[in-house]
Amino acid sequence: MIAWKIGGDQGEGIDSTGDVLATVANRMGYFVYGYKNFSSRIKGGHTNYKVRISPTRVEATTKRTDILVALNQETIDKNFSELDNGLLLADSIFNPVLPDNAKAQLLTLPLTAIAKDLGSVVMRNMVSVGASAALLQMPVEPFVQYVMAKFKRKGPAVVESNRQAVEVGYQRIMDEYGHLLTYRLGEPHPGDRLVINGNDAIALGAIAGGCRLMCGYPITPATDIMESLAKWFPLVGGAVVQMEDELGSITAVIGAGFGGARAMTASSGPGISLMQEAIGLASVAEIPAVIVDTQRGGPSTGMPTKQEQSDLLALLQGGHGDTLRVVLTPGSIEESFEDAVEAFNLAEQFQTPVIIATDLSLSLWQQSVDRSRLNGPAQPIRRGATFSQEDLLALGANVFQRYQFSADGISPRSLPGEANGQYLATGVEHSTNGKVSEDPTNRTKMMDKRLMKLQGVTQVRDGFKYEGPEDPDLILIGIGSTVGVLKEAAKQLGSKVGVAWFRTLSPFPTERVLSVLAPARHILVVEQNALGQLRQMMTIHETTDHRYESLLKYNGVPFLPEEVVTRASALLTPVEVH
Amino acid sequence: MATLQEFRTSEKSWWCPGCGDFGVLAAMQKALVAVGANPASTAIVAGIGCSGKIGNYINSYNIHVTHGRALPAALGLKLANRDLMVLAAGGDGDAYAIGMGHFMHALRRNVNVTYVVMDNHIYGLTKGQTSPTSQEGFKTKTSPKGSLERPIHPLMLAVSAGATFVAQGFSSWQPQLASLIQKGIEHPGFSLINVISPCVTYNKVNTYDWYKQSLQNLDNDPDYVPNDRTKALARLHVTDELVTGLIYQEESTPYEDLIPGFKDTPLVHQNLHVDPNTWNQILSTLE
Repeated sequence: MIAWKIGGDQGEGIDSTGDVLATVANRMGYFVYGYKNFSSRIKGGHTNYKVRISPTRVEATTKRTDILVALNQETIDKNFSELDNGLLLADSIFNPVLPDNAKAQLLTLPLTAIAKDLGSVVMRNMVSVGASAALLQMPVEPFVQYVMAKFKRKGPAVVESNRQAVEVGYQRIMDEYGHLLTYRLGEPHPGDRLVINGNDAIALGAIAGGCRLMCGYPITPATDIMESLAKWFPLVGGAVVQMEDELGSITAVIGAGFGGARAMTASSGPGISLMQEAIGLASVAEIPAVIVDTQRGGPSTGMPTKQEQSDLLALLQGGHGDTLRVVLTPGSIEESFEDAVEAFNLAEQFQTPVIIATDLSLSLWQQSVDRSRLNGPAQPIRRGATFSQEDLLALGANVFQRYQFSADGISPRSLPGEANGQYLATGVEHSTNGKVSEDPTNRTKMMDKRLMKLQGVTQVRDGFKYEGPEDPDLILIGIGSTVGVLKEAAKQLGSKVGVAWFRTLSPFPTERVLSVLAPARHILVVEQNALGQLRQMMTIHETTDHRYESLLKYNGVPFLPEEVVTRASALLTPVEVH
Repeated sequence: MATLQEFRTSEKSWWCPGCGDFGVLAAMQKALVAVGANPASTAIVAGIGCSGKIGNYINSYNIHVTHGRALPAALGLKLANRDLMVLAAGGDGDAYAIGMGHFMHALRRNVNVTYVVMDNHIYGLTKGQTSPTSQEGFKTKTSPKGSLERPIHPLMLAVSAGATFVAQGFSSWQPQLASLIQKGIEHPGFSLINVISPCVTYNKVNTYDWYKQSLQNLDNDPDYVPNDRTKALARLHVTDELVTGLIYQEESTPYEDLIPGFKDTPLVHQNLHVDPNTWNQILSTLE
């Protein structure tokens, strides 16, 4: 496994350089994981992009960098400490200086000058790509092919100069530094894989799950979902509406859900706060709705481009009144796809709002995903209990009871357009026929009915996953993007460490949590917020005890496997470390 | 063809005797009959307030949403099932205070929804506070020395925001009001019908008599042609919006006809499974 990183000023094509490397490495049969570090501005400011390339699956970033490509001195100053006897390729244009305590081999190449000679400084990125291929000891041909296809639309002259940029970058490294190259990626494992991020996976899952309407308001890091759907929906007859705000977004989704369409919105903390009242409406009026929260640093505008998992309590309890929501928490890109499909099924089956809680790292950082895990046409569609037009005609006029009591709390619904199915859906407490009612007995029964539905979700979904030994010394517990980090940490910690992660936060999978954790000697809850929200939730549900410890991080930077290993090793006595 | 009776429910009204909303309800039911609607394919979206209860009294599919959000819900519902006749209803608080953001954008979005605003210049359900359409100096429990703010002029706002259908009716003038709502329903786009609907309990200034003396009926002015945005604005300005009738209408293509790839068949009747060819086409954009 090799960790490559490129750094420079935001707006200088750092992203596209990293994307080329990740895409080509993926096509060659390597697994990639790309981590972009960016700030809340459009141009200027330091940005860097780290790509880990490996013959086996990788789903976390790491502290160490093996190869650093620096387009300015700031990149060296901010990132050299990650290099542990690695290679640092710098553009000679800025007279790079290696700090005294750096443990790296400095290589210089006139990246900008080479690009200029070939016609434009813009091609510096392609020179960097070629040079990187050489540093990684990868063949240059796949990169040349990729670049030729990428620029085909721009005409033969552009194709040719970019091809040369890649080849010259490659050749100059081989000629001048060939003797220093020692990295070996190992044999690739060819497969049919795509490099996608969690937002892509959610948009794909939405389409596979029958969603045909997306109403949203742009917000980092959720906007990609709306943009992808705007691109793909015309192919399936769906629509994206960019709303005036998140209040409108969620309410339009509820209107569509009442109408019988599968609709969604996606936002982040600030937008989710605005949606809370309407989520309560969907809950009480028993209307399906799917809401994605890609969590970021909060509260308020917080750190909009930084990682955090601090909306957990708000997602469960942020609304007024006793509202029920289903909250799904995918722990990987593949699970993001699965949960997006499942959210629409659960929302209609249980006639209730379903929130998918991801986080910035899970939604934005790309990795290699097997195409077989993204099988849209094979996904199940479960519409839940409905009254068909025939049923309603048999029933007669003015007798349909939209909210009739039942053993599982679910009342079959009618859809607008169906004769004899007319009813009032309201956020006001209502009786079985939908009419407003403040009768105390009715109120209690209606609340119990709605809460009962939540229990049904536990029966159709495993809310707590575990991977590891049967008799673990330690179980690491996480959520969202942290799960990938924990899996890598567990590998390093040895065979007596397992990883458990939540797939459902609401309804809380109490029994599963207790049984999975029963054999563990130590338990470490790893989460990215300051209050220990996940652990608080576990405490509320009476699953915690003396074995519990927390590892919290709330500086905006994703967890690194090394940090988890350090803390976990301290928990286990030296004898126990394997 | 459905009858008036079929659009009624057995629900007893919560409105005060004499409330203007009774007239709005009656006119809506008449308009629905006139356009040949049937209860099963009619949907009423209502907001919060006295006006928001209107859905209780019309036999149709009804959704009663959060305060100020009737229009987004109506948008979602219409896109979910474009075969439905979707009407939204609310009061001046719902439309022009808490829901003003949605109001302006619904006008420029022009989805085929008819919006009936029951405007009484006061907050009734919370027992008498100033509203965005209350006149300057209007005394209420929250403005005991008189309202300090200038009133909203919803009709001028609508005309200038790009509305394709703007009308105003008076709950006492039934034939005109029913006809305006009917025209609004028939208009292929977003239609606003602001209805003067007096509150007999809390508004002792803008009474039935006051309106009867103040309102100018555009139907009696053969020179007024409602097809010119500038002239509409001028008339609204001189009359301080105290007019009834069709104020402005233009040729319109509704929003749902403009969405790329959006089909004539309602979303709710489409197959939810994605076919393999389309799926591969989608995945190919990620290669």
